[in-house]
This record gives sequence, structure tokens and C-alpha cells, in this order.
Amino acid sequence: MLVEAGAWLDHRLGVGASIREAARHPVPRSSASWWYVFGSCTFAVMVLQFITGMCLATVYAPTADRAWQSLLYLNYNQPLGWFIRALHGWGSNFMIALVCIHLAQVFLFGAYKYPRELTWTAGVVLLLCTLGMAFTGQVLRFDQDAYWGLGIAAAIAGRTPLIGGRVVKIILGGPIIAGDTLSRFFTLHVFVIPAVLIAFVVLHLFLVLKLGINEWPMPGRIVRRETYLAEYHKMVTEDGEPFFPYAAQKDLVAIGLVIAALVVTAAIMGPIGPNGEPDPAIIQTVPRPDFFFLWLFSAFALLPPWTETFLMLTGPVVAIALLFAIPFISGTGEKSFRRRPMSVVLLVMTFMTIGILIYLGTYSPWSPHMEAWSGTPTPVDYVRGRTPLELQGAILIQAKQCRNCHSLGGRGGMRGPALDDTATRLTPNQIVRQILEGGGNMPAYGKNLSPAEVNALVAFLETMHPGDEPPARSSINPAVAPSY
Amino acid sequence: MNEAAKPLSRPALAQPSRRAFLLRLGLLFNAIAAILFAIPVLGYLMSPMRRYAWVSWISLGKIEDFPEHQTRLAIYRNPYTKPWDGKTANIPCWVRRESGAIFRVFAINCTHLGCPVRWFQESGLFMCPCHGGVFYSDGARASGPPPRGLYQYSHKLENGQLWIKAGQLPTLGEPLA
Repeated sequence: MLVEAGAWLDHRLGVGASIREAARHPVPRSSASWWYVFGSCTFAVMVLQFITGMCLATVYAPTADRAWQSLLYLNYNQPLGWFIRALHGWGSNFMIALVCIHLAQVFLFGAYKYPRELTWTAGVVLLLCTLGMAFTGQVLRFDQDAYWGLGIAAAIAGRTPLIGGRVVKIILGGPIIAGDTLSRFFTLHVFVIPAVLIAFVVLHLFLVLKLGINEWPMPGRIVRRETYLAEYHKMVTEDGEPFFPYAAQKDLVAIGLVIAALVVTAAIMGPIGPNGEPDPAIIQTVPRPDFFFLWLFSAFALLPPWTETFLMLTGPVVAIALLFAIPFISGTGEKSFRRRPMSVVLLVMTFMTIGILIYLGTYSPWSPHMEAWSGTPTPVDYVRGRTPLELQGAILIQAKQCRNCHSLGGRGGMRGPALDDTATRLTPNQIVRQILEGGGNMPAYGKNLSPAEVNALVAFLETMHPGDEPPARSSINPAVAPSY
Repeated sequence: MNEAAKPLSRPALAQPSRRAFLLRLGLLFNAIAAILFAIPVLGYLMSPMRRYAWVSWISLGKIEDFPEHQTRLAIYRNPYTKPWDGKTANIPCWVRRESGAIFRVFAINCTHLGCPVRWFQESGLFMCPCHGGVFYSDGARASGPPPRGLYQYSHKLENGQLWIKAGQLPTLGEPLA
């Protein structure tokens, strides 16, 4: 019955033969490897994202005044809404991870070399689309992080010379982050980027079929434009296997595992956010992007300020241009990573840099801890047996928000140095100067402290030294305490 | 696609026939139609850029609501809103009344990357939660990565009220007037 229906359809469509041909196209025996499954896995997760995305769109309200409430509705009221949101949110994380693994594998195996340059180029577009989906998706999770994340995007765009202000308005769809902004990002997330994504996935797969799957790179087997195609043809005809089922079976196993892992992760971890309501009047917020942009967020804190505008605007362009250019820089030669040490170093360094920046971003040592001054107690040892003046200083350390940037006993901000051993590093006069005039990234407190308060602060900070290490003293004026 | 089209179109275009004329006419019509289509689409999408009159004077409330030598958070409804903007059109700002009629009104947005700065009256500083920018009570940059002091709104005192010229998100490209 089914066979008959299939035959009936194929008689009209006439595509059966080409599908069979595509499925049974020969691949090098060495390529039917577990290393080659990541592209298929990314594709599978993308299809799941389309399905869960369509599900979410049936409930999500894409307007600034209702989006946040509809997310809460999805989490708590809509039957299984929490699970679909979890699948979509974690699916996004899975997809980014798989795209990066796929990219690393293709890069290490030299698969981008002649004649597969265009396959790589299309892949870079797909990477950018994936990141674009991630960012716009984070905006659709319309919470405080989304609101202020848009603010950061606008602030970066606003640094464009001459046309900065106009660019901001085009991105936001108006003069402020509001309804039009969300609608713009909804359009991008649901219509524009998926359309590009599908088009380039088709191109990417077409090229993989047309040019054949990259063979396992062997050290010493050199890619030459003149001979490669003939060599590859010989390889797949003499030592090839049909893609289906020889390579496809591993793809299928990997896809099954990835989807199972995604479903389990989503079930255990639950939906991602939303956090606080996107009301700009709630300023008690600490905005952070999701992890895939957290490394950029960290870089913006750590770049020297004078390079910042230049790097923010040119850095992404140069990085993307370099990614596109890779197959044209080294389109021939060795494929094996064993003979391409600099490529391996480059890849490892890139991933390490991004990883470290993400790690730093998770605790942002450069940011003041806004609640440390009122919420973090002074260690008991630091106040036991102190004079009233020293205790007054200990109180001022809290009351003047010093703790927001300086830690005591390992707790408090990390922007400035820990104060536990200040007395060993600065003489009393240097402490006074540092407090009053600031410097080295510390604000000057001259206007906001009375002489008596400075005296108390210095008295307390002078006790901040380990028992076996005396406080620093000036050789010029050794014994005299600061006086006014 | 080009390779496939060439052998067909070349001979067709080479000889002045009705077919060649129709092909050219078709291309011309489609080019004109594409432009006619593209202009309104682009105009529609770019319209936020074209309009410049986003700012207007709005009141932040009575002058007496702002005590001298203090900095207070004020919230205003953006003058240009859509009914579905919801709370996103409620924009906060910091009002510093130095003394008497001397006011400073700061945007909430850090000049580094736009995060909301918080006022700490005990130390007289604005601190940013994102990358550690710090500003003095007069808005001047104190430390951290911000390239300039806080954005300030133009303001005036009229009818016993404090008015500011507001309506757009301040950025380095278009700081507040």
C-alpha cells in the first residue's frame, strides 16, 4: 500500500531517483567517522528550534507591554509551556555549542580547503545567523537583561562616527527602547534571520553533496588545485562507501543522543528566565548578557578605554572578515592538524580567550558590588579590641561605600585592591592622599569626607596588616601621624 | 545561473528581433518596478532615522519636590509613545538640586554602554553595575571606562515646575542637548 502510494507520487514528482542518488553518494571510508556528526547534530537541533519556536509563537505576545507577562504565562499557566520554553532556550545553547564544535572540527581537519571554500563561507554565514538568533532571542525574552542589553547595543552603535545617532534610531525603531524595538527584533528573530538561515543551510548541504564530504586528513597528503579533484574521485570510487547507511548511521546515533540530552537538560534545568520586568524605572538591576555574548561584555570592561570605540566598531568587522577569508588565505597544502601547528594554536587561543572572558564575566570583578556596603558585614577580627577612632573608621568603610569596590576578608567588591593589608602597602600620608585625591581608577573623596572622617579611616586602615608584618612607614617622617 | 542564461540570451539579444526587444523591455520594467517597490519599503524601515523632532519639554514635577543639595530619582513618561509601549516608556533620570534654582538633570544611562547608574548619597557618587564606571555628584567622570561625564538634560524652571527637554535615548552619537 505504502509502496504503491510512493510509486504513484514518484511517477508525478520524479525526484525519487535523485534522492536515492544523494543518499547513496559515495563518501570516503575514513570520513564515516564520529568526528563528522556535528554538522548533522546542529541541523537536527535547528529543526527542533523551528518547532519549539512555532509553539512559543502561538502564546507569546510580541508587544512591549505584554511580552514579559506572556513569558510568565508560558512558564506557569500554559500547560507544558515551561517545557517548550526550556527546550527552546537550552536548544539555543546546544545549537551554539554544536556550531562551535562543528567549526573547530572543520577548521582542524582542513575541510575548508580547495574546493570547499564556498562551503566554509556559507558555514560562516550560518554561524553569524546562529549568533544573530541567539541575540535577538535574548531580546524576545523581554526582561531587564534584554532591556539593558538593547541599551548596550544602542550605546555601541551610537559610537559610530557622524551617523551614530541615526543608526541607534534605526536599530531601536524609534527614539527609545520601547514597543517598536521589540517588534523589530521579533521580525528579525522570526522572519528575517530564519529565512537567511534556511537559504544558507540549503546552499551548505548542496555544496556538501556536490563536492563530497572531506576525507580524513592524512599528514603529508597535500591539497593541490590541479590534482585534488581527481584524487578525491579516485578515493571515493575505489575506497568509498555509500553515505546511507555507512555514514548516516553514526549521524543518526549522534542526533538521537543530542536530542535526548537536550530533552533531559530542558526537563532538569527548566526554562531560562525571564528575570525582572523590563521597566527602566527599576534601576536596582545588574544587567548581564547570556553567555554567548558575555565574553564581549567582559572585553568591554577590560579594553583600555582609548581603544574601545575603535575596537568595538572595527573588531567584529575584522573578525568576521578573517573568518570568511580563511579558505582564501590557506586554500591548499596540508590538511592534517598534525602538520598545522599554528592553526591549532590559533584555535586553542581563540577558544581559551573566549572561555576566560566568559568566566570573568560570570563574576565581573570590575563592577562595584552595589549592596556590599550595606549587606556585607565587617569581619569580627577586624573590629575586636580596636579603639573608638579605629571603629569609627570601620563604620566609615561601610557607610561611604568603600566596600562596594574594596573587599575585607575576601568579601566585597573587587574593583580596587583588598584592604586587608593596606597598612603594609601605604604609609598614613599615602593613604590620606589616595583617599582625598583618588587616582589609579579610584574616585577622589576629598569633597565627601570631613577631616575627622579621614582621620578615622586612616586610623582603621593602619590596623590592616598581618600580625607579623608591620605597617609601612615613611623614612622622612617616620613616627608622625597625619594631622590637619 | 549566469552560465545557463548566457547561451540563451546572447543570440537572442544579438539580432534585433521582437523577442530581444521584449526581453529588454521586460528587464527594464522589472528594474523600474523593483525601484518603485524598494523606495517605500526602505522609507518605511528607515523612518525612525528621518524624524528629528523627538525631543520636547516635559515637567518632572514641582520644584519643592527636589530638596537642596540632594539627588533624587525622577521618572517621566517619554513624550513619544505608542499605546503598546507599556512601562518601557517610563524613563528614569537623576535630578540634582545644587541650591536654589541651580539644578542638574542627568540621564540614567552610563556614558560607557548605557547601563543604569545608581546614586550613593553617602559617598556622593554614581556607580554603574556593568563595567564599573563611577561619576561624581556633578556628573563628571570619576573612574572606570566611561569616555565622558553623565549626559545632562536641558532644563528650565517655569510655573514652579522643573522642565526637561527629553524624548530620546542619549548615546555618544547623539547626547542630550
